[in-house]
Amino acid sequence: MSNNFLSWKANYDAKKERKGPFFTVSSVPIDPLYAPGHTAEIDYERDLGNPGEYPYTRGVRSNMYRGRLWTMRMFAGFATAKESNERYKFLLSQGQTGLSVAFDMPTIMGYDSDHPRAYGEVGRVGVAIDSLQDMETLFGDISLDKVSTSMTINAPASIIWSMYVVAAEKQGISANKLTGTIQNDILKEYIAQKSWIFPPDPSMRLITDIFKFSKEHVPKWNTISISGYHIREAGATALQELAFTLADGFAYVEAGVKAGLDVDDFAPRLSFFFNSHTDFFEEIAKYRAARRIWARHMKENYGAKKEESLLMRFHTQTAGCSLTGPQPENNIVRTAYQAMAAVLGGTQSLHTNSMDEVLALPSEKAVQIALRTQQVLAYETGVVNTIDPLAGSYFMETLTNQMEEGAEEYFRKIDELGGVLGAIRENFFQQEIADAAYRYQKEIETKERIIVGINDFVNEGKDKIDLLKIDPEVELSQIARLKDLKQSRDNIRVQTTLSDLKEAAQGTDNLIPKIMDAVRAYATEGEMIAVLKEVFGEYREQAVF
Amino acid sequence: MNKARIRVLVGKPGLDGHDRGAKVIARALRDAGMEVIYSGLHQTPEQLVEAAIQEDVDLIGVSILSGAHMTIFPRIKELLKEQNAEDILLMGGGTIPEEDIVTLIEAGHAEALFTPGATTTEIVSWIRDRLLASKEVSV
Repeated sequence: MSNNFLSWKANYDAKKERKGPFFTVSSVPIDPLYAPGHTAEIDYERDLGNPGEYPYTRGVRSNMYRGRLWTMRMFAGFATAKESNERYKFLLSQGQTGLSVAFDMPTIMGYDSDHPRAYGEVGRVGVAIDSLQDMETLFGDISLDKVSTSMTINAPASIIWSMYVVAAEKQGISANKLTGTIQNDILKEYIAQKSWIFPPDPSMRLITDIFKFSKEHVPKWNTISISGYHIREAGATALQELAFTLADGFAYVEAGVKAGLDVDDFAPRLSFFFNSHTDFFEEIAKYRAARRIWARHMKENYGAKKEESLLMRFHTQTAGCSLTGPQPENNIVRTAYQAMAAVLGGTQSLHTNSMDEVLALPSEKAVQIALRTQQVLAYETGVVNTIDPLAGSYFMETLTNQMEEGAEEYFRKIDELGGVLGAIRENFFQQEIADAAYRYQKEIETKERIIVGINDFVNEGKDKIDLLKIDPEVELSQIARLKDLKQSRDNIRVQTTLSDLKEAAQGTDNLIPKIMDAVRAYATEGEMIAVLKEVFGEYREQAVF
Repeated sequence: MNKARIRVLVGKPGLDGHDRGAKVIARALRDAGMEVIYSGLHQTPEQLVEAAIQEDVDLIGVSILSGAHMTIFPRIKELLKEQNAEDILLMGGGTIPEEDIVTLIEAGHAEALFTPGATTTEIVSWIRDRLLASKEVSV
């Protein structure tokens, strides 16, 4: 440590420090100053590399946003396929460059709209999709070779993705032209998001079936989006989000290899999805560390040879859990900072939350402001002009190193518990997340942490903004359409394809072609899931808090 | 006479898995000395009411972030009535717009509703005030 630093420190310590907190949103303490000698030594080639060069700390492309801006991709979907289709066409007309589909809970959990468990939830938090018919309506007048589509679907991903591929087929577009992403990340469902259907083994089989089918037929598709977003929303710290997500990523790589694939055959199609919370520098460090860790592990532990296998490409969404009900307009500001962190962290695509999402699905006005936030960032702030502008900052590089070290420590713990599935069984992730969530809440309640409008700077009275309402009629009309479909389709063909699917599930053949046959026959999602449940069973968790 | 501790069922109805709020509340109530039963995810109103009666709780607290609050709260109240268990109080929280809160409270579909930003201290005191006033319970 240089004498300079020590004399500065003596000066600093002699002065009064205001009441903090001086810790990150993840409760990590931050020093008042980072300076030479005080921080880890950085070897440029080893630790950073140029953009587009190993270990990719500075970005996955050599030209980053000087070549092409990130994809502005707003997550949207509500009510019926027809209404969501109109929202998509609106977003595309506003300059959005990719689609991102939100499904309703019955679709996510594998229930048709007419199932008793779906009561009250049809079209509420996303769009209701029961069959190919709905998927065709959802993308009506949108040419599927012209857009890339991200679909947030996990447990039934194989079915929903098959519906998308068949809907494109009906538009006369061949599968090898399709681009997009399915989330398809079941591990984080067991860990945090909790929208599971089947137990881990058959779930992992469906995922590797998708990897295999995609390699042959839908080669440009991102077959999985390994997601930290939901882990973070459930209460995890930035470090936990990073470590648990990458651990999941390694588990999928191992599953693919175990299923007989060469790592370079599917690793280039793996993509990631992170949260961006309000602690600016911590988030940027997380993204930079994520790229470096992924590249190092893929090369050194999994023997990946292709460059694309080493690249961590990721989507980012700003933190829904950071938004406040009171003074909702302040959420625009939070989202803007979070979006800037994601961009300085080198994200490939971005969703910015709307100010009203803590209260309801976003209104059109609120979505427009959120999209404009990205456009201001891209076209006015100048942060896109140079690549990875924070590299070499004593503070940023220290945080990045700490993230990597912390993640490695978590990987060791997870290994000791028997890998990701073992750790899930032991409730390791679930307990870590619950503890972090509780600590965060306590910090707010003791005012150790200030949240504007919540525990300080509070406005008296209620703030009113206009919210999107979902008409209860939506559920009834969706059920009526489903009833019509079940009467008008060839029900013998439906039964045949469903029994073929069941038979295949009992064996080891790839299930995707069988699912697609049932989709073409207009079998519903719920019918296919029911057949698979008969073979695979259902997952149950032991909840901890 | 020894007073019984407050017993609460923290329930997570609906199909969504957003259990952060439910778990934080469950833990805060436990830390405040209450006996807490957490239902786990994906419960139907029928399952929650059955568990509430079996566990002999004073109160059900449900967390809803799926937008299904306008059907779930009335349904739980209706089932409590059918089971002659109207003495079990119902409170909730989640992403519930203000006007829906007013509608639900005024119609008696819930005793109290909290939105994101409510503190666990607030919730604990509401429960204590409400139950200590009406029942032979302590914390």
